Amino acid sequence: MAMTMSILAQADQPTLFQRLVFDGTPSLLVQLIYGFALCATVFLGGVSLIAMFSIWWERKVAGHIQSRLGPNRVGPIGLLQSLADGAKLILKEDLVPKDADKLLFRLAPYLAFAPAFAAFLALPFGPDFTFEPRLSVGVFWILAILSVEIMGVILAGWASNNKWSVYGAMREACQMVSYEIPLGISIIVGIMAAGTLNLVQLGHMQGGGIHTWLIYRNPFVFLAFFSYFVASLASNKRAPFDLPESESELVAGFHTEYSGLRFSFFFFAEYAAMFVVGGIQAALFLGGWNDPFGLIGYFYREWTIAENWMGLFVLNVIGAGIFVIKAMGIIFVQMWLRWTLPRPRIDQVLYACVKVLLPMSCVLLLGAAVWQWLIIERAGIPWRDYNPWNFAEWVRAGLTGTLVTQVILSLVGIAGFTATVMWVLYAAASGRNIKQRLTDPDPIVQVPANLATAK
Amino acid sequence: MNAIFAQLPEVTPDNVSAALFYLFAIMSGASAIGVAISRNIVRTAVCLLFTLVGVAGLYFLLHAEFLAAVQLVVYAGGTLILIIFGVMLTSKSPFSRFEPKLAEVIIAVSIASILLFALFIGIARTTFASNPIETGIYPVDRLGQVLLGDYLIPFEVVSVLLLVVMIGAAYLAKGRKREEDETSKTTTMSRRAREWS
Repeated sequence: MAMTMSILAQADQPTLFQRLVFDGTPSLLVQLIYGFALCATVFLGGVSLIAMFSIWWERKVAGHIQSRLGPNRVGPIGLLQSLADGAKLILKEDLVPKDADKLLFRLAPYLAFAPAFAAFLALPFGPDFTFEPRLSVGVFWILAILSVEIMGVILAGWASNNKWSVYGAMREACQMVSYEIPLGISIIVGIMAAGTLNLVQLGHMQGGGIHTWLIYRNPFVFLAFFSYFVASLASNKRAPFDLPESESELVAGFHTEYSGLRFSFFFFAEYAAMFVVGGIQAALFLGGWNDPFGLIGYFYREWTIAENWMGLFVLNVIGAGIFVIKAMGIIFVQMWLRWTLPRPRIDQVLYACVKVLLPMSCVLLLGAAVWQWLIIERAGIPWRDYNPWNFAEWVRAGLTGTLVTQVILSLVGIAGFTATVMWVLYAAASGRNIKQRLTDPDPIVQVPANLATAK
Repeated sequence: MNAIFAQLPEVTPDNVSAALFYLFAIMSGASAIGVAISRNIVRTAVCLLFTLVGVAGLYFLLHAEFLAAVQLVVYAGGTLILIIFGVMLTSKSPFSRFEPKLAEVIIAVSIASILLFALFIGIARTTFASNPIETGIYPVDRLGQVLLGDYLIPFEVVSVLLLVVMIGAAYLAKGRKREEDETSKTTTMSRRAREWS
């Protein structure tokens, strides 16, 4: 097989973990076994853990928004609820409707789950915490593999031989195919500012503190962040665009006929895809694993030169934590929107895509192109090629315009973020304690005047 | 036990990629046969999905990652969805079957065998130059420059073609609606269309 130039052939440099686990470069067989073991434990376990945590969190957020407690019986603050539900779903009967296309009906959940799972391959949890860091088309790969996920949903609806399911599947197909375009264009706006598709390289490029994050590179990327968010809601079938499974119209949409473990596969796929989409947003716009001060980028550079492997490992762990927190923050906003916004009709959803979001993202693309043509961007990787916090150096290099834009935009971003967090905290603090309200035997302290006289 | 291990091929990058090559080749080949054999249109589309994914895997092995992702996003994520969408919108029964007549089978088989024969001859006569990429990184940026530089005119012509298709589709969809508005009595065509939808 000389003609197949394999990805494996270029695996001559051992990764950070191989350096920590093995002495020297291990043989290929050992590397293969190690890779499989890593996939089986970290990859599968991590994805399942993220999905299960998100499901629990969604129920908790929903509960608090609706003045309920949410799950609180299994484990501390209900944390093990998803695990208990999983065990329950495994034990349930696996029903297949009599008139369904049985083969496709059984196949569909895997087709929905596998792509969402495969998308984690390119997500950059840390500089070395990426399953395939050499994937030169990381962002595009994730987009491509998530577009295959629709196939599982459509097949599920189709094979169920149920009107509600077919309607759900058709809406899903409409929505995904149309929202993929603004989603892709918004990503391109970000990619244009960076000049690479590799997610790990994207992370390194944003390592110089908050003002080097891609979202603050120019105003058009800043706006593309929001258009990406809206499009990602729709392509993930999250509310307010959850038409494929709107329970008031379609029972449960495409997964109406599913039970037991197959049903839970759809759930896992949805939450895994949510994390992937939030993860791309974090990696592409919000600096990935980097902290706002550029410390991780700085120490990564220093310790790579000093070959301090243990320090790099700690940096990776911290970076992965920051990345997960950022992605989870985006997921929290998705949940928040889901439980507060009403659902539009399907024609309104498509109108919003084709006539509002699509032209808007095209304008953003053009604007970003013109902006980059007029104002020179700071090229290179922070700390390696330039010192991001030495503002005098920026001015000396003739990049005052870039610097002013980035600083103003990052101040706007910080202000917006702080305001949002304050809002959430204020809402959490000002509302009465839910537990107290639920257990209070006489919650109405003051009887309204009209009720008092009626008595 | 050691004798068995001694007989196994040694694990080298070439052997691993060979194994993966056979995996993807068998996957796409077998499901391509499925596409031809299956009579249920949706199952055909599912088989096509596996064929396309297998081909994307082969592209990955050839280190053409961009092409693999394009294969997935355009064919598996776009075209195939549209095929299934079309079947859903137009077919009367949920499991529409595709039943060819005998004459159609004969014609199809003869054309396919001629093509296969030609393909075999073509493969046998060609010597494939193995021309590995000099750098380890797949040059996506170079691809973009070539596409929008040297081959700009073909690229633009293709996009005009797509625009024409889009205008045509919009015109057809609009025309159907206008017809219905003009005539109050329902034509057979539109009644059937309503029944199906």
